Amino acid sequence: MTDAIASLGRTTINALVVFGRAFVFLIRVLASLDIVIRRFGLTLAQVYSVGVRSLLIIIVSGLFVGMVLAYQGYITLVNFGAAEALGGVVALSLVRELGPVVTALLFAGRAGSALTAELGLMKTTEQLSAMEMMAVNPYRRIFAPRFVAGFLSMPLLAAIFSAVGVMGGYIVGVGLLGVDSGAYFSQMQSVTDWNEDVLSGVIKSIVFGFVVTWIAVFQGFNAQPTSEGISRATTQTVVVSSLAVLGLDFILTGLMFGAG
Amino acid sequence: MKVRFFELAVGVFVLLGIGALFYLAVQVSNVTDYHDRDTYTVTGYFDNIGGLKTRAPVTVSGVRIGRVADIRYDPERFRAEVTLAIRSEHDYLPMDTQAAIHTAGLLGEQYIALEPGGDYETLQDGDEVMFTQSALVLENLIGRFMTNMGSD
Repeated sequence: MTDAIASLGRTTINALVVFGRAFVFLIRVLASLDIVIRRFGLTLAQVYSVGVRSLLIIIVSGLFVGMVLAYQGYITLVNFGAAEALGGVVALSLVRELGPVVTALLFAGRAGSALTAELGLMKTTEQLSAMEMMAVNPYRRIFAPRFVAGFLSMPLLAAIFSAVGVMGGYIVGVGLLGVDSGAYFSQMQSVTDWNEDVLSGVIKSIVFGFVVTWIAVFQGFNAQPTSEGISRATTQTVVVSSLAVLGLDFILTGLMFGAG
Repeated sequence: MKVRFFELAVGVFVLLGIGALFYLAVQVSNVTDYHDRDTYTVTGYFDNIGGLKTRAPVTVSGVRIGRVADIRYDPERFRAEVTLAIRSEHDYLPMDTQAAIHTAGLLGEQYIALEPGGDYETLQDGDEVMFTQSALVLENLIGRFMTNMGSD
């Protein structure tokens, strides 16, 4: 009995310790952000590996998500004789929810796991300690540029996802299902609001970018320095950041659209 | 050479992202439509505004000339006070213009239709629209129809 209670206590303490370390880590990264301005090239290289190389998967999935949305939306709407409202359905679902959320999930899988694996291997092969020995601060040289790169890339990727999705919806809705081209866009414009819908989506994607990158970089930093530890940390990154994105999305949606 | 390539790629990436945002602004949400730059406001008091919402269109003969800027309840008059923001170039509306709340389609969104009167004076900023017509509430209509049916 006491063993069970003690193990519960141990688990809680361990979880709190990880939380605490994650926060301290975040503060130390944020404190060394001046490197981003001083050596912009470092961040640029990370934007390339985190953002640019995620472009393909984002564009392809955006296109297909938009096309499927148009199909499914059409099937429901045509029953009510409201097939013209398709543009609004596609645009609102993409801009408000699917754009930020699916991009964040893909981003966690594509870029977050890569970040964790890279940093975990750096730690395992003691590259981070070697840097410290040479009086190079790894927070400035390694963590801060990666953090900023992920944080900057997410909103851009989410915007690209939504825009490509709208075009995918156009291809299926107008090209295949015969919705009027003018109605598709005019309906879209009349229901989608710049402040309430598009900007809310952008804010969501910024929050998701922050959280996913934070989790990915911290998991790499916190990984057990063994090959098994790296694999566990990479899995943790994808699982934890996906759950965090979905949970945060629920809260943000409630805050943004629920009270109105 | 390698350095120049990824710089170029990042540049293209950022441009694509900003382009996508721009596309969302112009093509999807029509941000230009949203900012009616120069407007003047007039108010109207309605007995019942039905499902009218702020930012609903204000039209004359079906042409959109402004938006509903604000809706509040006036506790002194016991009526709904609706503020209309009308674009400044439409400054020709006579004082006795009538404002009615219509519904686009049977179940569509509600908007305000203005019908110009014959007065020589025109509505200025801050004026009040004298003649208003409330929204048609479907339930009331059905109720009236039912009582008529019963009396026959």
